[in-house]
Amino acid sequence: MLLLGMSALPVLAADGKNTTTNAMPPGAASCSPCHGKQGEGQPTTAVPRLAGLNAQYLERQLAGFKDGTRKNRIMMMIASDLSDGEKKALATYYANMATTKAETAPADAAVIAAGAKLAATGDWSKDLPGCAQCHGAAGLGVGADFPRLAGQWAVYIEKALRSWKSGDRKTDPMGVMANIAGKLTDDQIKSVAAYYESLPVAAPAHASETKP
Amino acid sequence: MTRHPVAPSIAAAAVLVLATTGLVGYARATGPATPATGATPEQPPAQKTEAVRPSYTPPSDSDIPSGPFGDMIRLGEAIFHDTQHNAKGFVGNDLQCSNCHIDRGRQPNSAPLGAAYLLYPAYRTKNAHVNTFQERLQGCFRYSMNGKAPPLNDKVLVALESYAYFLAKGGPTGVVVKGQGYPKLKAPDQPADYDRGAKAYAQHCSLCHGADGAGQKSADGQTVFPPLWGARSFNWGAGMASINNAAGFIKANMPLGLGGSLTDQEAWDIATYMDSQERPQDPRFVDSVAETRKRFHDEPTSKYGLVVNGVLLGEKSPPSGTISAAD
Ligand code: HEC
Ligand code: HEC
Ligand code: HEC
Ligand code: HEC
Repeated sequence: MLLLGMSALPVLAADGKNTTTNAMPPGAASCSPCHGKQGEGQPTTAVPRLAGLNAQYLERQLAGFKDGTRKNRIMMMIASDLSDGEKKALATYYANMATTKAETAPADAAVIAAGAKLAATGDWSKDLPGCAQCHGAAGLGVGADFPRLAGQWAVYIEKALRSWKSGDRKTDPMGVMANIAGKLTDDQIKSVAAYYESLPVAAPAHASETKP
Repeated sequence: MTRHPVAPSIAAAAVLVLATTGLVGYARATGPATPATGATPEQPPAQKTEAVRPSYTPPSDSDIPSGPFGDMIRLGEAIFHDTQHNAKGFVGNDLQCSNCHIDRGRQPNSAPLGAAYLLYPAYRTKNAHVNTFQERLQGCFRYSMNGKAPPLNDKVLVALESYAYFLAKGGPTGVVVKGQGYPKLKAPDQPADYDRGAKAYAQHCSLCHGADGAGQKSADGQTVFPPLWGARSFNWGAGMASINNAAGFIKANMPLGLGGSLTDQEAWDIATYMDSQERPQDPRFVDSVAETRKRFHDEPTSKYGLVVNGVLLGEKSPPSGTISAAD
């Protein structure tokens, strides 16, 4: 069962102050059949959770679908119909959602542990850094370029990593993720995806300053 | 056999001679607290020496023994990887040891810990006595971590020493092994240039370290991309503030995961740009910036005390050794 989201309620900023209500932009209704009313995505069909991801990151992905640097037929059609203003409004809307994570059956503990180790320390025999070195120790992401992975659906994470391997996704700055994904074995992809799905989504990425 | 460390900084030919004839007693030219700056003289092409160096592979995590000694090794690894939390009282910036010694001190060409351990104790001309490995580690806290040195035999140093000893297992004592230190790059074709460095920095580095070099934190306030300059980075006395060290580190290890992708020229230019920015004061500061330069930085590899872009570097440095009470 999906937990009730909070998008209709006033959003609490990091400092605890009430900010304005996260008003639903007109286009959002067409997204919810797939991404869910609260931006929660779908655990089994590789539709990503959008709630709480960085707004600029989401906007950049929508631009990527449109210009073909990220290949996905459905999202390409959808993104092509959106004006720049609509993209921004939708990205901000989803970024401001503090939707909690629905409970799913946890993956095998040993698989999660293997993923946790890879995420923390990488595999330098292949010059592979740990995921945490760019996505943060808790997988919460950094700024506008390094998205949160914590609480994202494993099926989607696996698909994303494969899309870099196959060249279907070229949205990554400096080609960093293509370099990473190219070094991952199928087992590593499975375990690291299971690990990130198991993590709590915690605070929305925008809630805190990204600069010291 | 007694330990007779071969300075990583001596000429290729000398290494050959030393390695093959077992000549002993060579004074280690670079070392602990050695400023950094100019600590490592210009090198001949590194490949020649690299080719004759023996290699060894540090043991893996699973080889750490159980029992009290194993616990100490594990503590050392934890301190090295998360210095911020595990050696808090000695750290005055946002760095971890493993930020500059990649893969928790295992990665070749990022001054791996095991290879360093093999070279100590060592005589240093600078302070004219034989330095223990712990003394070397003290320098790391004072300069690279902009903090204060743990007292000898403090648990922090014992743990780090145990971890280094463990990583050195199977390596030849007193011998410079493959991948020790940072690579010594050939002098650049064109003199290193600040402006070219600034452009290359924007292209290859600012995505992670920020245009202002201050690094970036995650939503939970943890540093993910460490600061390269400014108040929360290594201080002017650190090895990384020396352009030759920085160029070698950058060439081999940056951008993260894409080590070796920059040209030598780019590495020199970017290192020059990075090491021409303000950072915490040299803790050995005496009298004036000019005097401090004369004593510790009088090398082409240090910009301390020189005017760059109208700024006298060292004059407005934030204080050194700022151990944060918060976080
Ligand atoms: C028919 C189902 C469907 C609809 C409707 C849909 N999406 Fe998607 N969306 C997907 C799928 C599937 C993906 C994953 C694409 C991939 O694997 O590259 C995706 C990916 C995305 C991403 C990338 C997320 C990330 O983490 O990188 C964004 C942003 C996005 N959608 C926004 C929207 C918005 C905004 C709308 C409404 C205007 C919308 N989507 C409507 C199915 C849909
Ligand atoms: C060198 C830095 C770096 C490292 C290391 C890294 N990533 Fe990434 N990752 C990025 C960047 C940058 C992006 C954003 C790409 C884009 O804009 O399309 C990203 C995006 C992703 C995404 C897409 C998220 C989404 O919502 O679509 C996934 C999944 C991902 N990374 C997984 C991983 C995993 C798993 C690892 C470790 C095996 C890892 N990353 C290591 C930099 C990195
Ligand atoms: C800002 C980067 C940086 C940080 C942080 C850092 N170091 Fe270093 N370290 C260096 C540089 C540069 C050298 C000099 C290498 C050379 O001269 O070849 C060095 C040298 C060393 C050496 C000697 C290596 C050798 O082969 O002779 C040891 C041991 C060492 N560091 C341990 C540590 C420990 C322990 C910490 C954390 C307390 C630490 N370092 C933090 C940059 C750093
Ligand atoms: C994809 C992100 C990324 C890029 C791009 C990148 N770095 Fe780094 N850098 C890191 C990370 C992460 C670390 C810490 C490494 C570790 O802990 O394993 C680091 C460490 C460092 C350090 C040592 C720690 C410190 O703060 O002094 C220096 C110096 C450095 N980088 C310089 C550069 C330079 C110069 C460039 C451009 C050529 C660059 N980096 C590009 C992510 C990056």
